[in-house]
Amino acid sequence: MSALLAQAEFVRPPIDWHAAAPELTLLAFGALLTMMDIGWLERGRRAAAPMASIALLATMIPILTLAADGADRSMFNGAFVVDNYSLIMKAMFVLAGYVVVLLSTNYIAEGDYWENEYYGLLLSSILGMVLMASARDLITIFVALELLSIPAYMLATWRKRDLKSNEAGLKYYLMGVFASAVMLYGMSLLYGSTGSTLLTDIGAVLDTGADPTAVVVLGIIFVVVGFAFKVSAVPFHTWAPDTYEGAPTPVTAFLSVASKAAGFVALMNILFVGLLGRDDVVEPLMWVLAAASMTVGNLVALRQTNIVRMLAYSGVAQAGYMLAPLAVIGDVPDTALGAVVTYLVIYAAMNLGAFAVVIAAARKTRSAEIGDFRGLFHYAPGLTVAMTIFLFSLAGIPPLGGWFAKFRVIEALIDANNASGVALGVVVAVNSVIALYYYARIGLGMWAEEAPDGDLSRVDVPPSLVAAIGLTAIVTIIFGLGLVVGDFTDVSLLPTGI
Amino acid sequence: MDTLDTNNWLLTALVFAPLAGALVMALIPEKEEDAQKQWAVFTSLVTLGLGIFLLVDFDYDQAGVFQYFVDTEWIEVIGAGYTMGVDGMSLPLIALTVLVMPLVFIYSWNHIPSPGNPKAFLMLMLILETGMIGTFVAQDLILFFVFFEVVLLPMFFMIAVWGGEDRRYASLKFFLYTLFGSALMLLSFLALFFLTGAETGDYTFNMLALSENAGDGIVRSTQLIVFGGMFIGFAVKVPMFPFHTWLPDAHTQAPTQGSVILAAVLLKLGTYGFIRIAIPMLPEAAEAWAPFIGLLAVIGIIYGALGCLAQSDMKRLIAFSSVAHMGFVMLGISTLTDFGINAAIFGMVAHGLITGMLFFVAGSVKDRYHTLDIARLGGMLVQAPKLGWILGFTAMASLGLPGLAGFWGEFPAILSAYNPAAGLPEETFRGYMVVAAVGTVLAAGYLLWLLQRTAMGEPSEEFVDDPEITDVSTIEWIAWTPFLVLIVVFGVAPGLIFEVTDPAVVESLRGCLETGCEAARTAAEAVGG
Repeated sequence: MSALLAQAEFVRPPIDWHAAAPELTLLAFGALLTMMDIGWLERGRRAAAPMASIALLATMIPILTLAADGADRSMFNGAFVVDNYSLIMKAMFVLAGYVVVLLSTNYIAEGDYWENEYYGLLLSSILGMVLMASARDLITIFVALELLSIPAYMLATWRKRDLKSNEAGLKYYLMGVFASAVMLYGMSLLYGSTGSTLLTDIGAVLDTGADPTAVVVLGIIFVVVGFAFKVSAVPFHTWAPDTYEGAPTPVTAFLSVASKAAGFVALMNILFVGLLGRDDVVEPLMWVLAAASMTVGNLVALRQTNIVRMLAYSGVAQAGYMLAPLAVIGDVPDTALGAVVTYLVIYAAMNLGAFAVVIAAARKTRSAEIGDFRGLFHYAPGLTVAMTIFLFSLAGIPPLGGWFAKFRVIEALIDANNASGVALGVVVAVNSVIALYYYARIGLGMWAEEAPDGDLSRVDVPPSLVAAIGLTAIVTIIFGLGLVVGDFTDVSLLPTGI
Repeated sequence: MDTLDTNNWLLTALVFAPLAGALVMALIPEKEEDAQKQWAVFTSLVTLGLGIFLLVDFDYDQAGVFQYFVDTEWIEVIGAGYTMGVDGMSLPLIALTVLVMPLVFIYSWNHIPSPGNPKAFLMLMLILETGMIGTFVAQDLILFFVFFEVVLLPMFFMIAVWGGEDRRYASLKFFLYTLFGSALMLLSFLALFFLTGAETGDYTFNMLALSENAGDGIVRSTQLIVFGGMFIGFAVKVPMFPFHTWLPDAHTQAPTQGSVILAAVLLKLGTYGFIRIAIPMLPEAAEAWAPFIGLLAVIGIIYGALGCLAQSDMKRLIAFSSVAHMGFVMLGISTLTDFGINAAIFGMVAHGLITGMLFFVAGSVKDRYHTLDIARLGGMLVQAPKLGWILGFTAMASLGLPGLAGFWGEFPAILSAYNPAAGLPEETFRGYMVVAAVGTVLAAGYLLWLLQRTAMGEPSEEFVDDPEITDVSTIEWIAWTPFLVLIVVFGVAPGLIFEVTDPAVVESLRGCLETGCEAARTAAEAVGG
């Protein structure tokens, strides 16, 4: 503190309020939500979910105005950047958050959980993600990561009287903190060997190729491993199935989509802006992570009997598909980035949708066992059709969104025009077939079998869940028809921009 | 390449009319089963009407040129276009599709398989129709791929929900096999996109442009691998030995309608892929692969026939006969000659009509006898003479009796192997020819044996007084007559198809396949050097 004061001529860096508006809006509404809790106590309960929805929709406004404005903006010497890429990711985080609020509304209210705190923490976590999309500096990235992770640890234990939920939160917390520590150490190594925390500076130093020391390699590996935990890539995925199963299902949806996407965003920021000069280290690392994640994830998913655990392992495999383009970042950086962004957005829609159906069906069956989805078609045809769309989209069957995501991944791999890219493409293709088996098996159960206990009473699906399912299903189909998705490719993190 | 684009709204209407019908069907209440069936028939008849307009309006003098050509942007970022066109090669297959579908819907009038729910069943078939027509008109690889895959889900659910005892296993097997093939096929499409683009500077999935370039400038070894990916994708769909094992299961378990569609149209997506995509786009690799494809084709012919002889289930027998018949088609294709490919297209249409008809008969037998166990059947000519005669007639057509459609699919395919394209090993193909000819004898064997055991003799005791065993019903007559008539018409006047397909086939074989790739390359070098 005294050192800072001693710097007499400290000048506040100029702040572009428009660029920071999404974060500030979210922050303001989050604070308001907390105030409401303090002032109104229990009376605030019913307003919490609508308030959170309004907060997220209001955050979309500055994101849209920034997009309409179109100019790239940069603050704090380039530590905070608003460009096309970050706006797309911000919008995705906010909208995914909105769907999670829709999923949570009845679940949290009916489960007799604390509501204001729940939504407050949710908003705070989303704030961290939104910030992450713009972070181009190791410290900013770390702050954003903790801002999004710490509330998530708490959310995972929200069913506090349930042992599994406690286990979920604790595992997630310990693994997460461990990963953060490893990553922080890696960052310190990068800072130590390049002399800057700004990714552009790190990139400039590494680009010169002047300092090919082992320290840099170690730093890269540690940072990547840290994020590998976050995105649940094999072999750092072990927390995911237990945490997913134990956490409240809306939180699981949040973790598997938004939190994973945030990990990817951070990884991409670091890889593309900072470490592109060392693609000789990054590419093999990503190749192994990607191939291991999809193969192990898919093979283990085959044996699951609980649908949430199955979705957890399928999420591990999907993370593998998303990591695959990063294995060719040195050859086709822009295509690879576009592929990952496209995949993240489409994955968000289809995976949230799948969780929405799981939540809706569990309202009747009170279970997440795959066996209890049998005969769903006989008493909930609408849910069945929706689930079919999401599952086969995850499997990558045209004309549902997932095929386009996979297509972009394979395209990037083939475009790299080298043996390792093509080999990974074949791995992706073979894995899509393995994955189809467990997705299609659920589809079969829903359509072609009888309900386990012959109980054909209808499922009561509240409007917020209907909205969530409808929204995600429509988006999944629209993306699959090739509409809109093109815009997600119009992204670049290469230094030509600013 | 020249294209004609008059009336180019037609293909969009033709492709999406069934889909629109399916969407409207979603609005019909579940209880109104009659309305649903009427609507399905109506939609497919509208599609048939559009198809007839296509047949009438098609300029047969320019059958080698793509007509009704549409070419607009679709997914700009990946360079995929909304490109559609019809030439003489796709016209017969489109006609087959739009004709078969209404008949299947009519047949469904009182043949909705258990567990009922006609609404979902009919909607799936309408979506299927969109996928099938789309595959035959698509002239862009990505559009082709999407339509090619669109048929998977409806077929999967048709088998899985409305199928027989073992439907879960069969449906998953069908789905996994085909997806495996198409995943590798997609890799090849992308490789072709980038390799051709790097050569010509024009990155495009446009099938006309890719055929025009015909793999020019791509290293031979790479061409062979890319062709290999496509080969697996299409060969699974055909299906060729040894990728055929999904077919008997799928056919046996599928409901009658599913079997008919599968046999009549779906299998043709694979063979069509070979002649439309794999061969014209990579002729040099095709030339290298052809002896191998021919070998698998003749193995398929013999293996399918032997498989038939070993079957005790009528539907499974017909399914194995499909493997054999598609072997003839693939043999014709593997010669890479104009003659062989024309025979192959004829074979596709003939097989679609004949085997589709056989599956209809099998379905009706199952409805009456509640079994397809050949050992238990017998004396159909006594109890249901018309049904028995239809079976006999179709079996004759299937074994290639001259004067019926099956002959013109099989005989020229065998003949074409006598004289394969320049550059292919002549002795090998003549060997194939002999083996294929043996296959026709076996075909006569298993079909006549089937006929003898099911239609002739006295009815077995358990069915002798069964009141459910009735003769052909009116609905069945309506659905079946066009098949029977066309089997005769194409048998008597094969030119109806050959004259349409020939110009397009010649066009697709332009360039190196006329003279053999080796010769074409030497000639090009001589000119260039």
